[in-house]
Amino acid sequence: MTDFTMDKGADDVAIITWDVPGKSMNVLSLDGAAELNALIDEALADAAVKGIVITSGKKDFAAGMDLNVIAGMKQGGAQAVFDGVMTLHHLLRKIELAGMDPKTKKGGKPIAAALPGTALGIGLELPLATHRIFAAENPKARIGLPEIMVGIFPGAGGTTRLVRKLGAMGAAPFLLEGKLSDPAKAKSAGLIDEVVADPLQAAREWVLKAGDADLVKPWDAKGYKMPGGEPYSPSGFMTFVGASAMVHGKTLGVYPAAKALLSAVYEGAMVPFDTALKIEARWFTNVLMNPSSTAMIRSLFINKEALEKGANRPEAPDQTVRKLGILGAGMMGAGIAHVSAMAGIEVVLIDSTQEAAERGKSYSTGLLDKAISRRKSTEEKKAEVLARITPTTDYAALQGCDLVVEAVFEDPAVKAEVTKRAEAVIPQDAIFATNTSTLPISELAKASARPDQFIGIHFFSPVDKMLLVEIIKGRETGSRAVAKALDFVRQIRKTPIVVNDARFFYANRCIIPYINEGIRMVAEGVSPTLIENAAKMMGMPLGPLQLVDETSIDLGVKIAKATRAAMGDAYPDGAVDHVIFRLADQGRLGRKTKAGFYDYDEAGKRQGFWSGLAAEWPEADTQPELTEIQHRLMFAQSLEAVRALQEGVLEDIREGDVGAILGWGFAPWSGGPFGWLDMLGAPRAVEIAEDLAAKFGPRFAAPQLLKDMATKGESFYGRIGAGNKAA
Amino acid sequence: MTEAYIYDAARTPRGKGRPDGSLHEVTSVALSARLLNAVKERNGLEGHAVEDVIWGNVTQVKEQGGCLARSAVLESDLDESIPGLAINRFCASGMEAVNLAANQVRGGAGDAYIAGGVEMMGRVAMGSDGAAIAVDPSLTFKTYFVPQGISADIIATEYGFTREEADALAVESQRRAALAWQENRFAKSIVPVRDQNGLSILDRDEYMRPGTTLEDLAKLKASFKEMGESMPGFDKVAMLKYPHLDRIEHIHHAGNSSGIVDGAAAVLIGNAEFGKAHGLKPRARIRATAKIGTDPTIMLTGPVPVTEKILRDAGMAISDIDLFEVNEAFASVVLRFMQAFQVDPAVVNVNGGAIALGHPLGATGAIIIGTLLDELERQDKTVGLATLCIASGMGAATIIERV
Repeated sequence: MTDFTMDKGADDVAIITWDVPGKSMNVLSLDGAAELNALIDEALADAAVKGIVITSGKKDFAAGMDLNVIAGMKQGGAQAVFDGVMTLHHLLRKIELAGMDPKTKKGGKPIAAALPGTALGIGLELPLATHRIFAAENPKARIGLPEIMVGIFPGAGGTTRLVRKLGAMGAAPFLLEGKLSDPAKAKSAGLIDEVVADPLQAAREWVLKAGDADLVKPWDAKGYKMPGGEPYSPSGFMTFVGASAMVHGKTLGVYPAAKALLSAVYEGAMVPFDTALKIEARWFTNVLMNPSSTAMIRSLFINKEALEKGANRPEAPDQTVRKLGILGAGMMGAGIAHVSAMAGIEVVLIDSTQEAAERGKSYSTGLLDKAISRRKSTEEKKAEVLARITPTTDYAALQGCDLVVEAVFEDPAVKAEVTKRAEAVIPQDAIFATNTSTLPISELAKASARPDQFIGIHFFSPVDKMLLVEIIKGRETGSRAVAKALDFVRQIRKTPIVVNDARFFYANRCIIPYINEGIRMVAEGVSPTLIENAAKMMGMPLGPLQLVDETSIDLGVKIAKATRAAMGDAYPDGAVDHVIFRLADQGRLGRKTKAGFYDYDEAGKRQGFWSGLAAEWPEADTQPELTEIQHRLMFAQSLEAVRALQEGVLEDIREGDVGAILGWGFAPWSGGPFGWLDMLGAPRAVEIAEDLAAKFGPRFAAPQLLKDMATKGESFYGRIGAGNKAA
Repeated sequence: MTEAYIYDAARTPRGKGRPDGSLHEVTSVALSARLLNAVKERNGLEGHAVEDVIWGNVTQVKEQGGCLARSAVLESDLDESIPGLAINRFCASGMEAVNLAANQVRGGAGDAYIAGGVEMMGRVAMGSDGAAIAVDPSLTFKTYFVPQGISADIIATEYGFTREEADALAVESQRRAALAWQENRFAKSIVPVRDQNGLSILDRDEYMRPGTTLEDLAKLKASFKEMGESMPGFDKVAMLKYPHLDRIEHIHHAGNSSGIVDGAAAVLIGNAEFGKAHGLKPRARIRATAKIGTDPTIMLTGPVPVTEKILRDAGMAISDIDLFEVNEAFASVVLRFMQAFQVDPAVVNVNGGAIALGHPLGATGAIIIGTLLDELERQDKTVGLATLCIASGMGAATIIERV
């Protein structure tokens, strides 16, 4: 297997082509890097070669480092990681110096990169080491360094080179936010040099005419000064003071990669380039050895991708959706219609009045107009998408639909009626899906004539923004229905998890205890500020009180009443109800009423906590330790996830972790609840759970599964690593 | 144990630390040297009479760099055999110089020292020496670094001080400083600054704004609100450290924070034999010294624990102290001190403080020891305590007792 090949053409230019066999995208492996190294050596040594162009044999340049390789690197320990990274630095530095005389900086061979399309991660770090980067006029191409998104940072010189090229301030959005740009924007930002119709040809011409001076990077030239100044220059000092504070405030101190990146930038800015690379490698090693980066890569990249590619899809022929029926053009129905039409699916959007159906379609119009105003879409594209949505009241229009999703009012009788009406029209082999968040699928399936073709597809709101879709199998749901739902989710480019039917399925099952725990603490006299900050400092995007304000307090009341009715005397959440019923009685239903746990201004912007909160539930004189609050909030969710696994609602911890992060933003740095419990270790997790149970009640009792793991010295990922669907 | 006595305390008037400030034309070396000469002359000392000059200075770069103490000694009329030691404990540098000198004397390492400090804030800008704690992510994350003004606002938020209380303290500082000058209470200490020809450059503290009212101060914009709430958002960092705070109250501004000024101060410390040999009468003994490290984020709360420590070490109670000098770095620092010890505001900073008079960083610690001693003598009281908050979370204190 060769990833790189070299062609020394008649014009004295060596073309090195990156084309990893059997993959649609190039990714760099350690073997690939060694191949490239050998080819560079050969080309530099060959007197007949006047210049070198590195390009791709695929439509894109490269997607980055093979993250599986990165995940594997740490098996060898810190020294192996550091050595591996330094090997990469030596290769890229060899390309950058191109055989030039170290003193005179003369006699090097020009090396250019020709990017036909997307260039991410090392796919950009490699070009950054060359002398000139040519990209194709390909507005779909994405250029950037997204490493930070999976808990690491550009560690193959990308950090050091970009900071020296653009300055700390200029490089910040690309390094700290992983901002991606199309070629035109990448050029104006200074990430690349040229955007041309034929980058390979342009690069070839350039290397033939480039002179010695064109090869010397600013940081290798005499008198180099970092743009914006190094940390102890007057302007640089202010930049670095601000950078630390901004990154610290934004990451709340829970993302080690952001801090390590910043340290690499700061420490590297004060020393010569080669020393800076060594510093970068040390911090990169540090981040890679941190359990958080392992967990983030595992959940946010490897397992997310595996689930998207159908890791848990049953054997079944291709179930690509061609015509989709949506029942109910409310917010959810309209959102589903939009994402489906965007994915090229023909949509029939049904509601009880034509006006309501049209209103559902106009939701798409609004989103597309917004996209156009932000130059993310065009009038043509808008027309195409809107043409795919047919708003109507006529169930006959559902003829020929291979999938129907109902998103009508959460009432079993209403749902039963639309199920029957739709099934009367749609083909015998069509799949019927219900988008419910609360009602048991198996019960709803009773209205269906074909319960094996009946399934739950639970979208999160707002549909166009949320990345997760929860697929729920009813008792009788067949494997073709599961395959259909998975293929549909893949079409609309979201991430699926598949769970079994049980109260609140998986996501809501875990998030309700989180919200409830926050509310309980208010009733106990814990400072609401402390509760919210404790949650955010664990990496939760919203504190529990803000979250319930967003989802609405009357929904909480409704769920509480239904749950109490279902559970009777066993109902455990009276303390919670006391608080939310009291708020609801006063018309404080959350953001939608501009009043909840928080106050809101006329525009609906959140202000401070409601001033009446302290009067209703006075803050105790002695406040609990931050860690105790955090443990309560995190264990409320995580133990519920373990119970879902123990009960078989969740079949695969990968789904549990990916679903938790994408579904409700569970502390992404932890890789998800199972990843987090693994970081704690089962014995410690059991100990904390038992302490919490003794102090706050049996809801914190450690599930048997966790206790067994503690006894046997197992971890969640270690357990499945040995067996079935391992990551 | 050998006792360490204060024989003299002198200071320059404080000039505005700006290009149009009166002392802006004077180098830090010249200002230091002329003050050293004044101490030498006032006390009739030979050029070799002291063991060392310990000189506090915070921003030790440019003309204040390169061991300013040694440069000042060489520029002065002291003998070249006197070495010179430059030290930095931020705002308490001048006090630390005095404490260090006193403890050397008590330990028998030399009979006498000149200790003090200088800061020409208009000439060498505060912060221009860099500081890893503000920019090195390994430190900024670990210490939840925020600038001092934010720390002062955190104190106000945490301990419940309002803008009005802070402004009232500032108005009182101005009133007391003006009265002190009116009644010539600084006369013993003030050494007018003269040029190389003996011509007067400055003979009076020029930063003061006598007659400042609450209404005047109410008009001023909070200085640290923007950097706290928006760019770069230090409040968020602060709230990570203090998650029980839902917001930081930004109450400090130019009018209730210490002034940026130029100035120097020196204290002559020696044992009993030194006094006898030179015919000098000791004015007070250094009864105790203390320093402490505290939470670096809220940063400026040091005066409280260091006062507890010095009282404990000296076997004293707060009620044993007649007068206090608590450096007015920010109003909330002094408010917190008075709140913690429930001391009568009338005995704290009797003649105003750095809000009215200015805070030449490296000198202030020595200035307030001198001010305290002058006032103890004026009121004929015995024991005084001086203390300062210090950047990066430290505190320092000195207790003096008239003899």
